[in-house]
Amino acid sequence: MTQVGGHTERVRQRTHEGFLRHKGFRWAQIATGLCVVATGVYFFVASRLAEPPSGGSWLGYLLGTASAGLIVWLACLGIRKRVITQGHYSLKAWVSAHVYLGLSLTVLATLHTGFQFGWNVHTLAYALMMLVIASGALGVWAYATLPQRLHGNRGETTRKQMLDALASLDAQMHEAAQPLDRNGAAIVRLSIEQTDLGGGFWKRLTGSYGDCANRRALQQLRALPSPGSAVQAEALTKIEGLMTQKADALALARRQMGITALLEAWLFVHIPATFALLAALIAHIVSVFAYW
Amino acid sequence: MSETYKIAIIGSGPAGMSAAARAAKKGISHILLEKTDHLSDTIFRYQKGKHVMATPSVLVLRAECEFDAGKREKILDQWNADTKAAGVNVKFNADVTAITGDKGDFTIQLKKGDPIKAENIVLAVGTQGNPNLMRCEGGNLPHVQYQLDDPGEYTDEHIFVIGGGDAGIENAMGLIADAGQNNTVTLVNRGADFPTAKKPNVDGLLAARDAGRISVLTETNTALVEPGWITVDTPQGQSRFKCDRIIARMGAAPPRAFVEAAGVEFSSPDRTAFPTLTPTFESTSKPGIYVIGALAGYPLIKHCMNQGYDVVEFISGNTNLEPADEPLLVEKLKGLPGKRSVAEWLEFLRSNVEILNGLSPLQMREFLLDSTVRSYKAGDPIFVRNEPGSSLFGIAEGSVNVEVDPNNAKITVPIGKSSIFGEVGLISGRKRGATIRAAEPTICVEIPRMAALKLMSQVPQARETVNRITTERQVLQIFKSGLTPADIQEVLAGSEVIEVKPGEAIIKEGDISDDLYIIRSGSMIVEKDLGGKPVFMSYVPAGSYSGEMAMIERAPRVATVKAAIRSTVVKLPADPFRKLLVRKPELAKRMTDEMRARREINAFIEEQKDEFGGAVDMYSSVANFLIKQGIGEATDVLLIDESLCVGCDNCEKACADSHDGLSRLNREAGTTFANIHVPTSCRHCEHPHCMSDCPPNAIRRGPDGEVFINETCIGCGNCQRACPYGVIQMDKPPPKKPPLWEWMLFGKGPGPGQPSYEWRKKAAKAEGGESPKLAIKCDMCSGKAGGPACVRACPTGAAIRVTPDAFLSVARLEKTG
Repeated sequence: MTQVGGHTERVRQRTHEGFLRHKGFRWAQIATGLCVVATGVYFFVASRLAEPPSGGSWLGYLLGTASAGLIVWLACLGIRKRVITQGHYSLKAWVSAHVYLGLSLTVLATLHTGFQFGWNVHTLAYALMMLVIASGALGVWAYATLPQRLHGNRGETTRKQMLDALASLDAQMHEAAQPLDRNGAAIVRLSIEQTDLGGGFWKRLTGSYGDCANRRALQQLRALPSPGSAVQAEALTKIEGLMTQKADALALARRQMGITALLEAWLFVHIPATFALLAALIAHIVSVFAYW
Repeated sequence: MSETYKIAIIGSGPAGMSAAARAAKKGISHILLEKTDHLSDTIFRYQKGKHVMATPSVLVLRAECEFDAGKREKILDQWNADTKAAGVNVKFNADVTAITGDKGDFTIQLKKGDPIKAENIVLAVGTQGNPNLMRCEGGNLPHVQYQLDDPGEYTDEHIFVIGGGDAGIENAMGLIADAGQNNTVTLVNRGADFPTAKKPNVDGLLAARDAGRISVLTETNTALVEPGWITVDTPQGQSRFKCDRIIARMGAAPPRAFVEAAGVEFSSPDRTAFPTLTPTFESTSKPGIYVIGALAGYPLIKHCMNQGYDVVEFISGNTNLEPADEPLLVEKLKGLPGKRSVAEWLEFLRSNVEILNGLSPLQMREFLLDSTVRSYKAGDPIFVRNEPGSSLFGIAEGSVNVEVDPNNAKITVPIGKSSIFGEVGLISGRKRGATIRAAEPTICVEIPRMAALKLMSQVPQARETVNRITTERQVLQIFKSGLTPADIQEVLAGSEVIEVKPGEAIIKEGDISDDLYIIRSGSMIVEKDLGGKPVFMSYVPAGSYSGEMAMIERAPRVATVKAAIRSTVVKLPADPFRKLLVRKPELAKRMTDEMRARREINAFIEEQKDEFGGAVDMYSSVANFLIKQGIGEATDVLLIDESLCVGCDNCEKACADSHDGLSRLNREAGTTFANIHVPTSCRHCEHPHCMSDCPPNAIRRGPDGEVFINETCIGCGNCQRACPYGVIQMDKPPPKKPPLWEWMLFGKGPGPGQPSYEWRKKAAKAEGGESPKLAIKCDMCSGKAGGPACVRACPTGAAIRVTPDAFLSVARLEKTG
């Protein structure tokens, strides 16, 4: 059943490989090769000179141009990811190349500096680049390790189902609270109206929900004196059950948001630092040519 | 007694109305009887503002009333004006209870009022206007209604919805959708469960009940309806509730009993059967009664209106009426050799192609509207090996050669005049198995899959012919080895076509049986008991065989073969086949080689089981999970490796951005097993459920095997209901987004991916204009050179598209083991 002929199938990716292993580590090999060659040439040239080659030497220009070109190209991933063109391309291949070529910059750009650092715009550009690469490495770690946790946590529950479950618990609590007196009703209202699911990025990342309204409501509910009537007592028991369920549902949703936040956290450094790097890079290049 | 009308038309839908308008224009004495107090009740009952489509678009409308796609209200107004202008004699509130008499002297009994006399009767009652009624006392009170036009109309009411089918549940949910309306809604269901309703509807209802937004009374019947109150029998006893309005949705029945009582026979006792009619729509069993429209099997408005026009022409003696489709057929047959007229072509095809022999001229016309006649020069390819295609070809003139050997085009098998070919694709939906070329100047009729299936269901002779030829060809194609039809006649004589239910075994491990099986449609899985546990060994798609080991070696069965999905297999008896093997050493060698390969795979898995038991268990359970998810009937399915998926939803965004802004996949939804997630996305089934009931036949299989919906979709939602995997949605494409760079630089528009509902609503308002909701599903990025966007746009390689036979292969085990 594998005969092919007459009809050409369109290109389709059926290979089951992650972005790190893409095409048998093709881009890792290319990046390593690049680094080895660059290092070899550098020390070969350096051994024949009195001073190590600086950014101003022919080798420095070569490495600098290559590095700057790489940086711009790497930054284009943000566009590639969002422009869905019709032709044959694989974002996975782009990411794979992005990761390995990005890492190779640590070698290429360092050689370009000729190990000359100072308190100037040139070293600023270098430092920003290393920051981008370091945050990117964090991203690689996150992408390699967190998906398992992310999906393990949610099972087959979707985001919408999580929200629906919370809304449904609130509605049931509202219904069950009808026989309660003023105090009891206030506690249920606290849980329904004041509970904040997510909160700011930092809160989601750290998962610190000590002040959760539902949690406080549950504490207050348990501290209530025994109610007057059997109907109220029954209602309270039911509400306590519902609040506990809500606490579980909240915990699940917040864990999900926490892992998602962790998956995104590195981008909060990576992206702004990239833009800063591009700005510093322009300043670096302009100043080099202006003061030549 | 009053006058005798020349024509009495029962039912004022598109068909009846059109007939009456034609009769009025021709000055024929007529009466149009309508049960309700308005024309065209079926269209009238569509919900407010529904967009009505006019399909098939190629068909010319020939009627006295105008009809064009548009809003329900506009169409109804148009028809009211047209019938008035034509001077149609309508009698509203005329509920016909019985028809007696014969041609020339019929008597029509009405529920209220005097009977009506007529020479001819046109039955155009459709199939919709017959809801089951409330039978309890008070069931006829005015606050009992059988439909719900606009749920937003009612506020602060106590409403009871009777009936736990989809209609009842959807009405009830509509009434509680906006809490601001403050309705108290109760749904009453006769049984304990909701077996006839769709699962999402039932889930929604139960969730709403749990949330306290609706009351649901199960195992409950209505006992008494009084103004303002309802009394119901619950399992706990009788209860009386406040009730301002009752919406009864207890199903509808086609009025078959009524039609049969008038003397009109149906083609079969089947629930979906239609009356048997002459080419002029006259009942074959009861002359003088003409049946048109949905009741005659034509559910589309345009067909109905044309038939209304035509039937009046026929009754008034115009037998030379050129059918409305004549220009279409002329166009279709233009440029073919032979200089035949349309009628001559129809007769030429009917008499020369065996499977068409049993068709009536009317059936032939309709058949040809769907089909294409082609002529070929000697040597022209008709189709090429591995091309996707599901149409059937009939040879009306000439003959063709089948290139049975992919490596040598010289080896051919001829197929002669009057026979058919292409039937394997028709039956199994798989790609073409061989290249076929015209052997001499040849004329063929190409019949698309839907038309071929319709033909087979209507004409038993056609079905038998196709089945016989199919089995013969399939055997030849699977075993190849230069077999000729003559070689296998003995094997075929004892063959048997068997339908297998999902999970049913055709072969059981350890059994002493030696028949050979060919999988005609569906697919099989092979399991072997290893250490007390069934272990998945392999997947057998349609077009392969199974059971050869026991046949050749005369040993007990070594594995169990059971159906992954509903399948059809052909059982071939062992003894004649063994004789065939003796006669054909080439075939024997081929089968022995394949058997050895299969045995090696089995041995490999068994060996792995000893060394890496866990890996084999995992492989086996993943395979079983996927089969359970319906992968067995898939041809191309999107899977997500959750160990790689970072949840960025770039797949959904890419999908939306390459398809009018609507994503056809839901990454998060769906089931997961051991890192493998099956998202809610079309798997392009071998026999797509969605295709089963598409009125305009808009669902097709494309050149890459993709199942797609073309622009003739009328938005009826049948496919959405038919899909067991919930991958079809009804939606309208959002307005165009500003370009991406404007979003990146200035934050204009909603950015990549499917825009939010709010944005779409606002943008649509600003843009103005009405667009209907149509069925939307994955088309596998048909026509895009790069292939499916979801896979291309996955940054981590988590999204993959696979075919079941590739994915369920032992290669996976080698990788994990």
